[in-house]
Amino acid sequence: MPAVALLVALAFPDAARALSASDVQELATGDGDERVEAVRSLAATRDPAARRLIEAALSGSVQSSSSARQVFVVVDGKAVDAATGAPVAALPADAEDLVVNNRLRRVLETALAVFALASDDREERAAAIAAVEKDPQSVDTALLDAALAREPDAALGARLDMVRAAAALASDDRAQRLAAIGRLADSRSPSTRLLLLPFVERNADGAFRESDAELRAAAQAAIGAIDDRERTSRLAGAVFSGVSLGSVLLLAALGLAITYGLMGVINMAHGELLMVGAYATWIVQDAFRAHLPGAVDWYLAAAIPAAFASAAALGVVIERTVIRFLYGRPLETLLATFGVSLLLIQLVRTLFGAQNVEVANPSWMSGGIELASNLTLPWNRLYIILFSALVVAGVWAILNLTRLGLFVRAVTQNRAMASCVGVKTRRVDTMAFGLGSGVAGLGGCALSQVGNVGPDLGQAFIVDSFMAVVLGGVGQLAGTVVGSLGLGVVSKFLEPWSGAVLAKIAVLVMIVLFIQRRPQGLFALKGRSAEA
Amino acid sequence: MNAIADLARAPTRRVAPPPTALFSRTGWAIVAAALAVNCVLVPIAALVVPGTSPFAISAYGLTLAGKIMCYALAAVALDLVWGYCGVLSLGHGLFFALGGYAMGMYLMRQIGREGVYQSDLPDFMVFLDWKALPWFWQGSDSFLWALAMIVLVPGTVAFLFGWFAFRSRVKGVYLSIITQALTYAAMLLFFRNDTGFGGNNGFTDFKRILGFPVAAIETRVVLFVATGLALAGGVVACRAVVRSKLGRVVTAIRDAESRVMFTGYDPLPYKLFVWTFSAVLCGIAGALYVPQVGIINPSEMAPANSIEMVIWVAIGGRGTLVGPVAGAAIVNGAKSYFTAAFPEFWLFFLGALFVAVTLFLPRGVAGLFRRRGA
Repeated sequence: MPAVALLVALAFPDAARALSASDVQELATGDGDERVEAVRSLAATRDPAARRLIEAALSGSVQSSSSARQVFVVVDGKAVDAATGAPVAALPADAEDLVVNNRLRRVLETALAVFALASDDREERAAAIAAVEKDPQSVDTALLDAALAREPDAALGARLDMVRAAAALASDDRAQRLAAIGRLADSRSPSTRLLLLPFVERNADGAFRESDAELRAAAQAAIGAIDDRERTSRLAGAVFSGVSLGSVLLLAALGLAITYGLMGVINMAHGELLMVGAYATWIVQDAFRAHLPGAVDWYLAAAIPAAFASAAALGVVIERTVIRFLYGRPLETLLATFGVSLLLIQLVRTLFGAQNVEVANPSWMSGGIELASNLTLPWNRLYIILFSALVVAGVWAILNLTRLGLFVRAVTQNRAMASCVGVKTRRVDTMAFGLGSGVAGLGGCALSQVGNVGPDLGQAFIVDSFMAVVLGGVGQLAGTVVGSLGLGVVSKFLEPWSGAVLAKIAVLVMIVLFIQRRPQGLFALKGRSAEA
Repeated sequence: MNAIADLARAPTRRVAPPPTALFSRTGWAIVAAALAVNCVLVPIAALVVPGTSPFAISAYGLTLAGKIMCYALAAVALDLVWGYCGVLSLGHGLFFALGGYAMGMYLMRQIGREGVYQSDLPDFMVFLDWKALPWFWQGSDSFLWALAMIVLVPGTVAFLFGWFAFRSRVKGVYLSIITQALTYAAMLLFFRNDTGFGGNNGFTDFKRILGFPVAAIETRVVLFVATGLALAGGVVACRAVVRSKLGRVVTAIRDAESRVMFTGYDPLPYKLFVWTFSAVLCGIAGALYVPQVGIINPSEMAPANSIEMVIWVAIGGRGTLVGPVAGAAIVNGAKSYFTAAFPEFWLFFLGALFVAVTLFLPRGVAGLFRRRGA
């Protein structure tokens, strides 16, 4: 540290300029502009006494007397002279509080932040830079240069450099302004664009506010660069929210891809299996809160298997009692399972009430990564994308690597032949339906982390997830993945210019038209039968 | 596959009888009796018989019965496409609602300056700060125009959708899901205020129809009689369609579309005609429904409503035309009773009904009678 201090002292010989009495007086009694100017020159002294005075002004403990032309800092009833620091025995009778209005408060806070830029603590400096970023032009560029020179952290240095450039925009020196505009083209702060706008705007009479054409052109280029970057990050944001929506849809559609795609069973109660998974998550969460408060953050570890098991068990029951009797009659299956979905919705309403229940994210899933000022990736969405990727991998592995998967594929392709070679088709049906339902339960568990959990949860997803399956091609796992993600991304891209509702309608119409062109979906199974 | 099994079981029943009269003598007698009750007895019971008499019909009972007859007409329309053409539509609620909206627009204009804002524009437009009627509201103050729209709008939507869907041979479950998506999309569209149909409040607070006050008992009786006539007309018309040569082809398409094609028929016009005809009937049902119930809003287009229509047909017995009338009456009668007596059990009952009918009563109530008779 001594080396740094020495460097600073060498670079800035006036580092320890004393507090001037006239500045102090002007802070107390001057008009608006004079006060702001006084704060700036107080800050420029980098004197700890000036810092104490600014802090005192912010906390409302500065008083001034016009008769004695003196300013006091009053702490715990003891007054000291603000300029000299000498104790004062008694305050004059006409001593008044210094009134800090909003403008002055902002300037004072920025000035205080400038002092904090010299702190040894990185966090404190980061907070100070954030404060200065809000109003860079009220800070002396020389102070920022000094701070920049001693800033050891590269990331903070880069931010400070931008603040310095923003401050230099107000400089009197044309070369400085031009350089500052050039630098600001790289700025990530959302306020930069506002700072640059005056350079390219016209006055009411049509003349440019900035008469210098070169400056204008530079500002135009910088604004263009900022807009480009903003567009890129908005694009990235749309892709991300599209993938995120798609992954939620994927979890809902994956179970359908098994029961509808592979087995030809229309399960209108599929959405309610999602709901069951979400409610299972909620029950596990509440059980953890009641009995294991220390481990609440890890309730998902128990909730995921619970959601899978409860939905799978329910699926097996539905298959055994209803669907079993309706194989080969898809339209009847559709009606019966719609009845099942009504029963389940009403059952949940009766048991848990019609209100939504509250499922909280574990602490490690809240917050997010900030990539740019207008692009934050929330952790819960990132985890769900990861989770759905894992579930897809798991389902793929079960269908392609296990004996059960082999049987399911065999029964799908040719039920009679599979039965002839000894596959217990009825048992395979039950298992596959249980698997599809269990995956729906997992989807419900994931949904509970990003949306409301209520009896109607499944209803919102049933049309969309059918669309994803139909779009991808019935019976195709890869098709479902592409279909879901595609649906998610397309609707998020349409949303900004058409609104959410019209985007949804447009997507539905597009799917209807698409199915006209390719009734088999994106990924068609090749077959020889006349009737699919 | 089922068709073959059925053929083996009862070969004589599947062979089509030679085209004869639309109904048997008994059939015509039943139709005549129903019309007599509808056009003579009910008006007398509602208007002449004093309210204290056990034979009197209250305004509530009249509206309920009228509403159920509208549902019955929609069910008959649905039976025509599902029972005879094998096209399970999960979107007939859309056509019902479109007919209802066409009538609703006329009724909104009939309110005139008696709305809350005393403007010539319907209240919701004043609320949205619209200055003039949008183009698609032009002409809506004329009753004849409304009648034309009731037929044309559901008919055109159905024709376009059917043309696209049937031309690329989308069928079975696919078609069902797409029709569901269609009505869902339309519901979202109508929920928007900017669409110009009153947003989620829809149309309500009607005052007059053709200058007569909508709430008066005489108007209600007339609407009831009109609904009854429309229902009877719908059943007879559908019967005429299915007994015609065209109807035979349609039934053949239901049983084995590929074979019909290999015989040299193009299924498209047949399916398209039946589909559009059914949609128009459904629209008429919706148009009669709105003045009696006094409200139309986008929730009529909710997918669940359309599926509920299917259960009316299923419980009555599909492919019978008369069964769905009974089905609509049974389900909606039960609904009125349950939602008043045990509101929380209605969904349990409806859900169980769906499961039980498909599992144990595949031919519906009509099937019970047929078995006993056979």
